[in-house]
Amino acid sequence: MKTQNVSSTAPRAPTSDRSDRSGGVKPIIKATGLVKRFGKTAAVDGLSLEMYEGEVFGLLGPNGAGKTTTMRMLITLLAPDAGEIVVGGFRVRDDAERVRNLIGYIPQERAVDRALTGREHMALFADLYHLPKAEGEERSAWALHMVGLTDRADEVVANYSGGMKKRLEIACGLIHRPKILFLDEPTLGLDVESRTVIWRHIRELKAEGMTMVMSTNYLDEADQLCDRLAIIDQGKLAALGTPRQLKESLQGDVLSLTPENGDSSVRERLTIALKGLDDVVHVVHRDGAIELRVTPSKTILTRVLDVVNGQGVRLEAIQYTRPSLEKVFIHYTGHQIKDEWA
Amino acid sequence: MSPYMQEVIAMTRRWFQRFKREPMSIIFGLTQPVLWLALFGNSGVTFRNAGAIPGASNYIAFMTGGVVVMTVLNSGLAGGIEMLFDKENGFLERLMAAPIKRSALIISRFLFVTALTGVQALMILGMAFLFGVVPATGWLGVGLILVIGMMLGIGFTAISMALAFSMKGHGGFFALLGFITLPLIFMSSALVPLQSMPGWLSVIAQLNPMTYAIDAVRGLILSGWHISLVKVLIVLAVFDAICLTWSNRILLRGMR
Ligand SMILES: Nc1ncnc2c1ncn2[C@@H]1O[C@H](COP(=O)(O)OP(=O)(O)OP(=O)(O)O)[C@@H](O)[C@H]1O
Ligand SMILES: [Mg+2]
Repeated sequence: MKTQNVSSTAPRAPTSDRSDRSGGVKPIIKATGLVKRFGKTAAVDGLSLEMYEGEVFGLLGPNGAGKTTTMRMLITLLAPDAGEIVVGGFRVRDDAERVRNLIGYIPQERAVDRALTGREHMALFADLYHLPKAEGEERSAWALHMVGLTDRADEVVANYSGGMKKRLEIACGLIHRPKILFLDEPTLGLDVESRTVIWRHIRELKAEGMTMVMSTNYLDEADQLCDRLAIIDQGKLAALGTPRQLKESLQGDVLSLTPENGDSSVRERLTIALKGLDDVVHVVHRDGAIELRVTPSKTILTRVLDVVNGQGVRLEAIQYTRPSLEKVFIHYTGHQIKDEWA
Repeated sequence: MSPYMQEVIAMTRRWFQRFKREPMSIIFGLTQPVLWLALFGNSGVTFRNAGAIPGASNYIAFMTGGVVVMTVLNSGLAGGIEMLFDKENGFLERLMAAPIKRSALIISRFLFVTALTGVQALMILGMAFLFGVVPATGWLGVGLILVIGMMLGIGFTAISMALAFSMKGHGGFFALLGFITLPLIFMSSALVPLQSMPGWLSVIAQLNPMTYAIDAVRGLILSGWHISLVKVLIVLAVFDAICLTWSNRILLRGMR
């Protein structure tokens, strides 16, 4: 299994799935043994992560898991109680300002100034990132255009909708062409349309080669956008890998067969025959159906059906399911990400 | 332009842009002082002990100095509020994620509040002029009044910003402001000259930097130049130095 499940006592979390990366690539962000306590609660509790250039790295976890706290440490805004962070070759503790030059940050809360217009925001951040005037104006126009706010750029932000504010924040975070963009819950509370727009921006930026670290508690978002995911629960790393690896780590896909007459002797006979097949991990009976855990393979379905036909059994229903990220989440954390996500 | 200047200018510009959208705030800052002036200017109240204050023929001329300084007090102590709002709504963190010197933000706020205070002081002097108060020291005196006002304002702004960063939220901040403003006024020579105060009060009032600023401004309006102005400038410089050192420590800790 490529995905590693890390116990909290491990002094060092697994680095990453090196297997599918060209060997020895240096991470652009490397965090080791991060700890942050607020009073008695450990918001982040021994977290080690590596992110690579050009990837979209997701921090997935329920409310209070420690995603924002982790991110704030990575972007120099919060000093960890323990641990070491290197971003773009600079140690965050010693070289915060150099790190800040490399990164863009789009916070979770709508941190915009209601009294300023969109364009005034862009001018402010252009200056804070020390762009020359002409370049600042050019980048401002580009970023406003990218997020579709050109028409409303001279209106005060108080008139903007929630989605427009979030898009303005993205524009502000992009003005200086950051090497690494941090997005904290970029689509939290947005409607479907705005979410789609923001997903599109993220994909476009990825295509341009930008490294992104995003947090989310939406499973579909993590699944669709992230190259690699860290599942975080109670400040600890619960699992790490590509969405696909994480899903496959759940002992494969599920193939469920319901024989036409629910006679238990038929099921027993079929079970024995199926157990002998390659790629079948294990077989259980559930509600009159036979459930096979299978390693994904092209031929598994035809081979299973051959066995079923060979036994002369007629089937009432066949169902093939890939485990969802939701199942992955439950598997690694022992609970659902949100009650509503049932 | 140096990067530092660029940061300071950009953030100062933001304060003015915010102000431009809500220009009434300068008026609100002036209502209380204008009320004092109008009340005493129109009612024709004459100061009973006028003889006790050299050159004070009427109370409004006497009051002008106090009103200027009270305005400085109000504006200065309110100076940290916007930083508190920034902190509360996350905008401060957004700024701090940029590669800026933290002091640039602090300085931008001082520049803005000081400019605002100067304009307010000038407006009050203009208003008093309409009531017939002509500063004895002329334009040069007006210039020095503004300098004194701004120096006092810097100290109060520093206190305000430090409080903004030590308070949990703006509710407590406003409560505290309301709690300290009036006593500061009563324990100064704003309303009554030191000589006419009970002994214990005059001792307290002499510890209040406002008293020095008020007496200096009052002297510049009523009588003329006096050597004690040097002492006032020194006192205010020391006051600023103490406030700035203290608030700087709190601010930089709050804005790592
Ligand atoms: N400034 C703070 N002071 C005290 N406790 C804090 C602070 N910031 C975070 N915490 C606590 O640390 C824990 C992790 O919070 P964090 O904001 O990192 O979670 P999160 O994963 O971002 O959650 P969400 O999905 O709700 O944004 C929570 O228990 C939270 O209450
Ligand atoms: Mg969060």
